[in-house]
Amino acid sequence: MTLRFRLNGRAVTVEAPPGRRLLDLLREDLGLTGTKEGCGEGECGACTVLVDGKPRLACLTAAIQAAGKDVLTIEGLASSGRLHPLQEAFIATAGVQCGFCTPGLIMAAYALLQENPRPTRDEIREYLAGNLCRCTGYAQVAEAVERAAERLR
Amino acid sequence: MRRTGTVEIVHPRYLGEALCLVADGGRPLAGGTDLFVRVRRGTETAPCLVFVGELEELRGVRETEAGIEIGAAETHAEILAHPATERFAVLRLALRTIGSPAIRAMGTLGGNLANASPSGDGLIPLYLHEARVRLVSIHGTRELAVEEFILGPGKTALRQGELVRSITIPFPRDGAQAYFRKVGRRQALIIAVASLGALVWADDGVIREARLALGSVAPTVVRPRAVERALVNRPLTVKALTELRDALSSAVRPISDLRASADYRRQVAGNLLLDLASG
Ligand SMILES: Cc1cc2nc3c(=O)[nH]c(=O)nc-3n(C[C@H](O)[C@H](O)[C@H](O)COP(=O)(O)OP(=O)(O)OC[C@H]3O[C@@H](n4cnc5c(N)ncnc54)[C@H](O)[C@@H]3O)c2cc1C
Ligand code: FES
Ligand code: FES
Repeated sequence: MTLRFRLNGRAVTVEAPPGRRLLDLLREDLGLTGTKEGCGEGECGACTVLVDGKPRLACLTAAIQAAGKDVLTIEGLASSGRLHPLQEAFIATAGVQCGFCTPGLIMAAYALLQENPRPTRDEIREYLAGNLCRCTGYAQVAEAVERAAERLR
Repeated sequence: MRRTGTVEIVHPRYLGEALCLVADGGRPLAGGTDLFVRVRRGTETAPCLVFVGELEELRGVRETEAGIEIGAAETHAEILAHPATERFAVLRLALRTIGSPAIRAMGTLGGNLANASPSGDGLIPLYLHEARVRLVSIHGTRELAVEEFILGPGKTALRQGELVRSITIPFPRDGAQAYFRKVGRRQALIIAVASLGALVWADDGVIREARLALGSVAPTVVRPRAVERALVNRPLTVKALTELRDALSSAVRPISDLRASADYRRQVAGNLLLDLASG
C-alpha cells in the first residue's frame, strides 16, 4: 500500500506492506539508520521515535500506524548543520559511549522536555527508565538532559 | 512482525467495518505493545490484525452522572492526563507504573483488559472500583462486570467477533484513601511479582470499608473478600494489619514461574498489606 506521512518535517510517500514495522520502514526503506533495534520487543527503548509529539517504540509499531502522522527521528533533530542542544550535551557529558542506545535516549529525553521543560533529576531518571544503556551510568545521561534543559529554556 | 516478514493488517475507518473484520476472525490491534510481541515470538496465529486504535467509537473519556466511561482505545497516557480521572486516584497510581513513557503512550486500557494478564496493572483499579466492560459486536452490545469478563490468564469472556468498546467506572464514595504498590525484579519496566491496590475508607484511623485487589498472585487479579471484611472496624495500624497478614497470604493462589516462586509471592503479598498503614 501507499503510505503518506511526515518524516522529520518533510512529506514522504512510500510503498510498503501495511504490516511492515515502522522500524524497518525507517531503516531499510527510507535509509534512516539512526533509529536502532536492540531487543525488538519493547524492552530497551533503542528504537524510540516521536509520533505526533509522543514517544513510541518503532519496533512495536506497524507502518500503517504512522500513516498521516508526524514522525520525528534522531535525524530530524539537528537543524541547518547544528546539533540539537540535547545532542551537544550528551557528547559533552560523556553520555555517549558505544552510542547504540543514544538515539533512543535522546528522543525519549526530547519527549520529556516537551512535556516538562524543568524536570528534576528523579523525573529524568523515571522518564528514561525504559531506555537501557549498558555502557554509561545514568548519572551522565541525567546530567546531559539537565544541561540541555537549561540551554533550551 | 518478524524482522523482514510482515503481518496482514487492516485499518477500518468505522466501527461497523471493524466489527465485520473481527467477526471474520481478525484479531483486534490497539497499541500493539502485547500483540506485536506475540507476533514476533510466533505465538500469534490470527490471519489478520484489525487496527482499532483510532476508531472514534472506542476513544475518549466521558464523565457521566454515575462515573466515567473510558474508551477501550484510550492510551494509559491519555487517561492519566484526563481531568475526569482525577477522582480515581488508584487508577492513576496504577497506570503510572506501567512500562515506560513510550509504553504508556502506546498501550491502551482495552488492550490491558483484553490481555487478561494476572499482572495487568490496569486491571487492579478496575477490580477495586467494580468497573464494567461494554462489549460490542455485529449482533449488538452487552455489558459485564470486570470480574465476569476476566476468566483466567489470557482468557476473557470476549466472544468471537466482539470488541471491548469502553469501560465504565462508578464514582467512589468520598473519602477513599488510594493505595497501589508493586514489587518486581527490575527497576525499569517492572513486571510485577506481586502487586496490591487498595481503597480504604477510615474514620479517626478506624477502617470502615476496605477493598483490596492483588495482582500476579493467582490466575487472575483477586479480591480477597474475607480479608476485606475482617479489616472492618480495625485500626489502620501495622499491628492490626499484621494479624491479617497470614490470612491474606493464604487467600492467594500463586503460581511459580521464572520471575518468582509461589512462596515468595505469597510472602510479598502479605508484606504489601502492612504497607497500607504507612502508605
Ligand atoms: C516493555 C513492556 C513493558 C510493559 N509493562 C507493563 C506493565 O508494567 N504493566 C502492565 O500491566 N502491562 C505492561 N505491558 C503490557 C502492555 O503494554 C499492556 O498490557 C497494554 O495495556 C496493552 O495494550 P495495547 O493497546 O498495546 O494492546 P495490544 O497489544 O494492541 O492488544 C493486546 C490484546 O488485547 C486485544 N485487544 C486490544 N484492544 C481490544 C479491544 N478494544 N477489544 C477487544 N480486544 C482488544 C488484542 O487482540 C490483544 O489480544 C508491557 C509491555 C511491554 C512491551
Ligand atoms: S528495539 Fe524497540 S524497544 Fe528494544
Ligand atoms: S552508550 Fe553503549 S549502550 Fe548506552
